[in-house]
Amino acid sequence: MHPYLPATPEDIKEMLESIGLESLDQLFDDIPKDVYFNRELDMPKAKSELEVTTYLKGLANKNCSLSNLTSFLGAGAYDHYIPSIVDHIISRSEFYTSYTPYQPEISQGTLQYIFEFQTLIANLTGMDAANASLYDGGTAIVEAALMASAYSKKDEIIISKSVKPDARRILHTYAHAQNLKVIEVDIKDGATDIEALKGLVTDDTAAVIVQSPNFFGIIEDLKALGEVAHKGKKTTFVASVDPISLGILKKPGDLGVDVVVGEGQAMGMTLSFGGPYLGFMAVNKAYIRKIPGRIVGQTEDLDGKRSFVLTLTAREQHIRREKATSNICSNQGLNALAATVYMVTLGKEGLREVAEQSAKKAHYAFEQMTKSGKYKPLFNKPFFKEFAVTSDVDSAKLNDELRKVDILGGYDLGKSYPQFEGGVLYAVTEKRTKEEIDKLTSVMEGI
Amino acid sequence: MRNYEKLIFELSKPGRKAYMLPPLDIEDKEIKDLIPAEFVNDEELNLPELFEVDVIRHYTNLSNKNYGLDTGFYPLGSCTMKYNPKINEDTARYDGFANIHPLQPEDCIQGSLQLMSELEKSLCEIAGMDRMTLQPAAGAHGELTGIMLVKAYHEDRGDEKRNKIIVPDSAHGTNPATAAMAGYKIVEIKSTKDGLVDLEALKAAVGDDTAGLMLTNPNTLGLFDRGIKEIAQIVHDAGGLLYYDGANMNAIMGHARPGDMGFDVVHYNIHKTFSTPHGGGGPGSGPVGVKNILVDYLPVPMVNKKGEKYFLDYDYPKTIGKVKDFYGHFGIMVRAYTYILTMGSDGIKRASTMAVLNANYIMSKLKDYYNLPIDTQYMHEVVFGGLKGSSLSEVTTLDIAKRLLDLGYHPPTIYFPLIINQALMIEPTETESKETLDEFIEAMIQIAKEAESDPQLVKSAPHNTLVRRPDEVKAARDINVKYEG
Repeated sequence: MHPYLPATPEDIKEMLESIGLESLDQLFDDIPKDVYFNRELDMPKAKSELEVTTYLKGLANKNCSLSNLTSFLGAGAYDHYIPSIVDHIISRSEFYTSYTPYQPEISQGTLQYIFEFQTLIANLTGMDAANASLYDGGTAIVEAALMASAYSKKDEIIISKSVKPDARRILHTYAHAQNLKVIEVDIKDGATDIEALKGLVTDDTAAVIVQSPNFFGIIEDLKALGEVAHKGKKTTFVASVDPISLGILKKPGDLGVDVVVGEGQAMGMTLSFGGPYLGFMAVNKAYIRKIPGRIVGQTEDLDGKRSFVLTLTAREQHIRREKATSNICSNQGLNALAATVYMVTLGKEGLREVAEQSAKKAHYAFEQMTKSGKYKPLFNKPFFKEFAVTSDVDSAKLNDELRKVDILGGYDLGKSYPQFEGGVLYAVTEKRTKEEIDKLTSVMEGI
Repeated sequence: MRNYEKLIFELSKPGRKAYMLPPLDIEDKEIKDLIPAEFVNDEELNLPELFEVDVIRHYTNLSNKNYGLDTGFYPLGSCTMKYNPKINEDTARYDGFANIHPLQPEDCIQGSLQLMSELEKSLCEIAGMDRMTLQPAAGAHGELTGIMLVKAYHEDRGDEKRNKIIVPDSAHGTNPATAAMAGYKIVEIKSTKDGLVDLEALKAAVGDDTAGLMLTNPNTLGLFDRGIKEIAQIVHDAGGLLYYDGANMNAIMGHARPGDMGFDVVHYNIHKTFSTPHGGGGPGSGPVGVKNILVDYLPVPMVNKKGEKYFLDYDYPKTIGKVKDFYGHFGIMVRAYTYILTMGSDGIKRASTMAVLNANYIMSKLKDYYNLPIDTQYMHEVVFGGLKGSSLSEVTTLDIAKRLLDLGYHPPTIYFPLIINQALMIEPTETESKETLDEFIEAMIQIAKEAESDPQLVKSAPHNTLVRRPDEVKAARDINVKYEG
């Protein structure tokens, strides 16, 4: 007997009798003989909990955990503080073992937290509405592009080279399948080259997509970029943002952005080797009925009681079949819950404090690092919590030296931007202490 | 707290805090001295002010308004709501898995890469495929990835005129949506009266413009398509590829493999077949397996081995690119691999056997009370077509579902597949005991009897839930998707 499989020999006998069969094998009579799999699966047999946990602990221990390292690595995934209560709430099995809330009578818990999540995201970004979340920040950018294309009935997407490389690569993959044309705008001093953008936006432009703070940590001038984007006819201006930055930076909704997307990992999610994370999307009014994925709406029940339901979008089996402009039918439910708990726990003061401390410590690290002149700023633009420096020091060697003192160094920009070979991107969150930053800069000085 | 009705925003009180950070340990400066004032927000954030106990009680109360698998039986057809083992939650939270940055150096992530590689091998063995990408985030995402691979294959061969994907009318709605997303035209073919692919219709539909066929087997009616080899032959002879929608993989593990049936590309729904939690709608995971002819096009990176070291291999010049940030939902992969190790080759096969036994048992007990449009043996799920004699009482499938709520059950999937009138799609899974099934059967029979004796009782259900039939029309008409205070 297996712990998850309850049928006893007696149960099996009674059930087969009821069905009118004599053996379990007959249950598979519909599988033709030449298709039936006649050997055992080539993998180990069942293992006990003790054996499984021992084995997996062994694998986990082959990784280097950030519990034993001081991380200055960001580039799209960040080591922010996670309040203890986040994991306690997402560990309630009434949340994590439930399905998509199709039966609203017994899913008000999920539906209400999604409604709260939508409200929090919309308020933080200054937009009219947000959806129930998307797979991650990269695919959220793509979904925004597809929505803009459907909205404008145009197929040309302009995206800045300062948008994270993974996201652009995903966009190219989808664009190829959908026959969309993607144009990448150059960067100038680490930010979107606005003059270059002016030359590219035409009446054929479906969307202009930028990221702020961008991949280099630089705060883009969303207002000015939006004005250029809106020179196009029915052109959607999309900004991907770090939600933590909105603790201190102006809301995209106040800067002329039509669609705000982003990666929500920083709001209460462990790094987990890259996922699952949380994509989000918030839009202004004109786009509410075009928004991909799920959205929860408030309504009333038969007794006039406030209640919540999935609305505007078809459920997955009925998703608009061949007329669909997105095939997304799930959301990142549990991650959206983590972000919700994070946002309300930090609250009005807390998110600002996290953002301020991150920005202040990042600027302190930047000053310390560039003081002697050995490391030079790669760009001369305002940044939030991440910045790039360049030097003659080999970045791989530098990171090896840092590892010796349990520091995880920055991201080698040469990997995705050959023109910035030798540049390293450092992320500093509120979790880093003065002592840790000083240790980082002293090793860098000493090399 | 029984009638807890508040939104989190309604608990807010100025001055409260639910967090504390260490004090800033560097010289403090004004933000506007660091970042130009034109970028800085001077307004207060529009977020609530709470203390920790409020937050915990609020979400605990919300959780009590949910019905999860740990609450009770969840026979949602096509969703494979099997038990989510607790050990999986523990392993995914191991420090060495949870606190790993995706861009750490390769010597620092050998454990993660080994896990991904071993998971890939297991998934390939179970499906009979050669390689598998773990990158897609969900089933629908896996579908899209798989169809992009089909497209890349034809394009690479210069076979440009293949612009159609064939989909049976019993398919999940995501299949045609996916094909449309990949730029294909959809050709829908009708099923036979037995719910299987109509071979003559298929022969008529294929041609030199066929890119592929998307098929679920067993199909959405819970029936194994015996003609699968012939189907594969017809599509392959026409130059198309076969796509396997793995939604119903839980029926056949260890008994049949899509790779052996002739499928070229397969997606799994990890959150169904391999017991990772549905999480109220995600995160899922949708790995895509392929035969050797498609390996070159897989998204990058793949996990490969050089000597004793695993590495992230980006050297696939013909790759379709990337479909997701980083490498996929690693936390979900840990859970799935934990499940595979726990079940083993014997347990996995047994799981499918028991899933099929449970579905047929329910079928045998309920077919005297509910219409069984296709009266045959089923695989892991059974589709009824409303109540027998329901024209008399006019009790609909929706009414039955709502009455089940009163009796403490999550209802089956309703009104799908579309080709069955008043569909009630029941998938019990293998992790339910005979006692649970018997109680559910009793509840279904009780409803059938009530439909005759007191139809109004059923039609006005539910009666004892926290809310009753929220108005979905109003929700879509008077859009209110954000709390306005």
